[in-house]
Amino acid sequence: MNDLQTSVLYNREIAPGYYRLGLLAPGYPEQAVPGQFVMVQIQSQNDPLLRRPFGIFNVGTLPPLCSGLPERDYVELVYKVVGRGTRLMSALQEGDAVRLLGPLGQGFDCNTTAGPPLLVGGGIGVVPLFMLACNLVKQTQPVRLLMGGRRCDDVLAVTEFERLGVETYVATDDGSLGEQGLVTQVLERKLKKYPTARVYACGPMPMLKAVHDICVRHEVALQVSLEALMACGIGACLGCVVPGRRHRSDQPDYRCTCKQGPVFDARDLSWEVDHD
Amino acid sequence: MTELVSRPSLAVELAGMHLRNPVMPASGTFGYGQEFTPYLDLEGIGALVTKGVSLHPKAGNPTPRIAETSAGMLNAIGLQNVGIEAFVRDKVPFLERINTPVVVNFFGNTLDEYEQVAARLSDVSVVRAVELNISCPNVKQGGIVFGTDPVAAAQVVERVRRQLKIPLIVKLTPNVTDIRVMARAVEEAGADVISCINTLTGMAVDLKRKRLHLANGTGGLSGPAIKPVALRLVYQVVRSVSIPVIGIGGIMTAEDALEFLLVGARAVQVGTANLVRPGIMAEIVAGIETYCQHQGIADINDWIGSLNEE
Ligand SMILES: Cc1cc2nc3c(=O)[nH]c(=O)nc-3n(C[C@H](O)[C@H](O)[C@H](O)COP(=O)(O)OP(=O)(O)OC[C@H]3O[C@@H](n4cnc5c(N)ncnc54)[C@H](O)[C@@H]3O)c2cc1C
Ligand SMILES: Cc1cc2nc3c(=O)[nH]c(=O)nc-3n(C[C@H](O)[C@H](O)[C@H](O)COP(=O)(O)O)c2cc1C
Ligand code: FES
Repeated sequence: MNDLQTSVLYNREIAPGYYRLGLLAPGYPEQAVPGQFVMVQIQSQNDPLLRRPFGIFNVGTLPPLCSGLPERDYVELVYKVVGRGTRLMSALQEGDAVRLLGPLGQGFDCNTTAGPPLLVGGGIGVVPLFMLACNLVKQTQPVRLLMGGRRCDDVLAVTEFERLGVETYVATDDGSLGEQGLVTQVLERKLKKYPTARVYACGPMPMLKAVHDICVRHEVALQVSLEALMACGIGACLGCVVPGRRHRSDQPDYRCTCKQGPVFDARDLSWEVDHD
Repeated sequence: MTELVSRPSLAVELAGMHLRNPVMPASGTFGYGQEFTPYLDLEGIGALVTKGVSLHPKAGNPTPRIAETSAGMLNAIGLQNVGIEAFVRDKVPFLERINTPVVVNFFGNTLDEYEQVAARLSDVSVVRAVELNISCPNVKQGGIVFGTDPVAAAQVVERVRRQLKIPLIVKLTPNVTDIRVMARAVEEAGADVISCINTLTGMAVDLKRKRLHLANGTGGLSGPAIKPVALRLVYQVVRSVSIPVIGIGGIMTAEDALEFLLVGARAVQVGTANLVRPGIMAEIVAGIETYCQHQGIADINDWIGSLNEE
């Protein structure tokens, strides 16, 4: 965990409204585990005030710029422009200064001895699954990715998963890529075929809830990566809590998404609460 | 010509406590300190103020609990905390290892609750002072907020004071008509120090969903947006009491802190800035030191309250 003053390596639009941002990040390749996130401060002014949380897409090391110089560790983020902060981010250019707090939170449990891994991503939720896949393919084959999105533009990085040797299955709402329908239909089919699978999911809350219901029915283990409004990302403000397993309105049981998550064992959370 | 001062003294005294510098965190933005150890030397700040604690564990409000606003944020955390017994058992051992005075912020929903927490804290040796949060509704008296009524505020301060052998800091809410009345009331009731301000009550609307953004409806506004209001209130409080005042509200930089000290605050608390930049208090301390060096201020106490007012 570190708060680095760092700079932009590249910031490319990879699909309409989606960007891929590379930042110099010394130490990240050794420290970061799949499922962790960072808090990005785009600029040093007071408005927008809060940092923005983003999942880690990938980490790596670039060769030195010229001989004699050190190698350059980096972290890659993939983000969707949805509001003021991400719009400001989309204007970042190579060399621009950024503050980077991380790597933060608890990542995925990558122990693969149990059963074949099934990764389920919805839209931008695919982000933390890429680093997870990089890790899993070194331990087990095959790794399968089920990817859902509204349209083909919302289905990101599939070719990169394929390059890793991941078997990918895509579903879109409008059928513009892969089969038409929801990714949860694909999951249902795959679980019939691989009843001992372990599922890793990240995406919008309604999707996660559906994935959870399916996994409960099939009695398979599920880890989910959640999003929550965050101010600090380090467990100080308690703004990011989610209801835990024993949560009742008169007996609340809250978990901190930034510190105890963002990846949770689905059994530790409450799925009764209305998520909209 | 100002003379360069190589090692200005930043030490201040608050009700008998000697602080190495006037910078400390604001309650609720710094956890119990431990969360910040990767980013900040806890022995480089003047004091450590912990998250508000109550007699019983408190679960806090439903989500959403936070909303970003222009140069600020609203929070309705709802004072979630582990309760006094778990605090003493689980958090105090860590605090005992740090060579920085510990101030414990606390609150209650009834006079009895306030009293019991104060009595318990008074027995914990690592606690050097307590900070009384009176921005809470009195559930026994129709929910009137202790801190908005001078009689209720004086009553809780008096009762708490009797339980304590250590200094009592009383934290004022800005959500009152005349903060000077509140300041005098708590001073007379036995406060040793006043800290102000707590958050300003506000609201955010979610246009898309046609709802209030926070589950609680209202929340407390903090951050740079409130600094001018905080400065005015600190200025007024300093001039209406003779006990020391800790200035709080929107401090992001050493210059912000120096402004509060200039209008007369003996020390400052940094809140929301910790959430954005966990190492920021070290930068603020260093910035104050540099400023003193360049301005020829040998002792920060010469700066405190030295505002030019003709
Ligand atoms: C652990 C975690 C990982 C994330 N990973 C990614 C990622 O890899 N790629 C990506 O595109 N997005 C990701 N998000 C969501 C991303 O943080 C938001 O899209 C972003 O904060 C929106 O900022 P904005 O200023 O553009 O939007 P605005 O709506 O203008 O933001 C206003 C406020 O709401 C917060 N906010 C808005 N939407 C979200 C959201 N969905 N989740 C959390 N806070 C939100 C902002 O941080 C800000 O404080 C992640 C969120 C979390 C919690
Ligand atoms: C997330 C959050 C939690 C807070 N919790 C408490 C608390 O438990 N007790 C308290 O007295 N004040 C609490 N406050 C108020 C701060 O201590 C401080 O008075 C206020 O935020 C103004 O300072 P700032 O603008 O520097 O943040 C909280 C503020 C925030 C932002
Ligand atoms: S974001 Fe502050 S505690 Fe999680």
